[in-house]
Amino acid sequence: MNDPLNKYILHLADNALILAQRNGEWCGHGPILEQDIAITNISLDLLGQARNFYQYAASLQGNDATEDSLAYLRIENEYRNGLLVEQPNIDWAQTILRQYFFSTYQYLLYEKLQAADDAQLAAIAAKALKEVSYHLRWSREWVIRLGDGTAESHRRMIQAVDALWRYTGELFIPADYENQVGVDVSLIKDAWTEQVNVVMAEAGISLPEKTYMQTGGKQGIHTEHLGYILAELQYVQRAYPNSSW
Amino acid sequence: MPVQDLEKIFQEKIDQEIKIEPRDWMPEAYRKTNIRQISQHAHSEVVGMLPEGNWISRAPSLKRKAILLAKVQDEGGHGLYLYSAAETLGMSRDEMISDLLSGKAKYSSIFNYPALTWADMGAVGWLVDGAAILNQVMLCRTSYGPYARAMVRICKEESFHQRQGFEALLVLSRGTDAQKAMCQESINRWWWPSLMMFGPKDSESTNSDQSMKWKIKRKTNDELRQQFVDMIAEQIKVLGMRLPDDQLKWNEERKHYDFGEINWDEFWNVVKGNGPCNKQRLDARKKAHDDGAWVRAAALAYAAKKINTKNEKAA
Ligand SMILES: [Fe+2]
Ligand SMILES: [Fe+2]
Repeated sequence: MNDPLNKYILHLADNALILAQRNGEWCGHGPILEQDIAITNISLDLLGQARNFYQYAASLQGNDATEDSLAYLRIENEYRNGLLVEQPNIDWAQTILRQYFFSTYQYLLYEKLQAADDAQLAAIAAKALKEVSYHLRWSREWVIRLGDGTAESHRRMIQAVDALWRYTGELFIPADYENQVGVDVSLIKDAWTEQVNVVMAEAGISLPEKTYMQTGGKQGIHTEHLGYILAELQYVQRAYPNSSW
Repeated sequence: MPVQDLEKIFQEKIDQEIKIEPRDWMPEAYRKTNIRQISQHAHSEVVGMLPEGNWISRAPSLKRKAILLAKVQDEGGHGLYLYSAAETLGMSRDEMISDLLSGKAKYSSIFNYPALTWADMGAVGWLVDGAAILNQVMLCRTSYGPYARAMVRICKEESFHQRQGFEALLVLSRGTDAQKAMCQESINRWWWPSLMMFGPKDSESTNSDQSMKWKIKRKTNDELRQQFVDMIAEQIKVLGMRLPDDQLKWNEERKHYDFGEINWDEFWNVVKGNGPCNKQRLDARKKAHDDGAWVRAAALAYAAKKINTKNEKAA
């Protein structure tokens, strides 16, 4: 349960699941029907990735572990997602920017992960890469559209940067388990920064120069939001233990 | 050509099962009836996303969450096809949506009932999508071409939804006592409202005759309702649950199930806006529309800027 590979797989799975859960909150409430469908689609893709990772972790753990026991029966400090993905939707600007920051990261990560020694991880990453490249294109276009749209959309994008930028640093600081397995995330930081700078410039949004970067999620110390996410996510399983659905 | 002749040609086409297409001449009332019905149908798909969307975050397994997300997303897609079909008759999606939000346009009353337990996700798929399918299978042959073609695509997905809903209930029906109770309780709540989905009795229905003559509809409300009862009364045996109707009984003479009387006061009350969730559903649609206004404005403004820079480059 505590070996680095297991922690690492759960970290990848948790990132995908928590962002899927957040994006899924938009379903039925999007700003226009086409985009309601698009964000739900991204939620579904991320959920699919999470399931692949959880299933793999469960198979390594044995002992009756399943994708559902891993997603539904771990508590807050056992979740290893980054703080970025658990941040609330707030509005379309924050949702889009969160997705853009994360997809840019995830694309660079999976690109390297598909060459990993671990064949199973490599296969999951390779399969997901096509989806992620769509998420990246979609969210990038929206970042530019909102940044360069109206005065209000511009203002909201600035607010979004202010809310989310502080959670981006953690993505590139390797956690203990990342020092032992998987992709060295410190090596994708420059590419991420360069790409994000280009897109933000096109959107007419300047990035803060000095921001204190919050950390902890990848080690299980989260923002207060995660508890509420898990309360909803896990409610039925906790209320009706030992049942199949 | 005098209008009488046009009407005659129009009716002849209908009688010969030739589809009416957007550019064809059609009586104003035919156009209006179709706009009303198709837009109402589109609104139902979109409002219908709400009760089930409400359970996405709480789905009890990752597999069920994926199925539910995909299902609710399908309903959004159905809304899109149908808005497009209605637009071919000359009303814009914006106008249709503003009619929904002002309360002028209706949507299916079934979505004014709350989804209270996980079992409701099964019951809605099985009973509500099940009832919708019978109507929609008929509409695959409706006389207005774009509507009929939209329905063909939609029907394939709907029957999938119904099977998934039934399967979700089947798991509950074979589960713990608490799950069985949850399953039965949900069926109890959804059974009568789903019977109401077919609309008033034929003897009370105002639009039926003309719609049958124009082949917008091909079966009456009561015929479709009977078909539904016959189907569900058999399927429930597999679940080992019961339908909350003491009068439900096979009638050998009619070769149909007899069933009890619908509470028509409740039916009209919900239609008039007094269902348990009429206000919440409309408020949720209004909120999404209002909160999304700045996003749509930004997208338009950005698209306009792009066109301008293109034109400047071309000049
Ligand atoms: Fe539908
Ligand atoms: Fe459906």
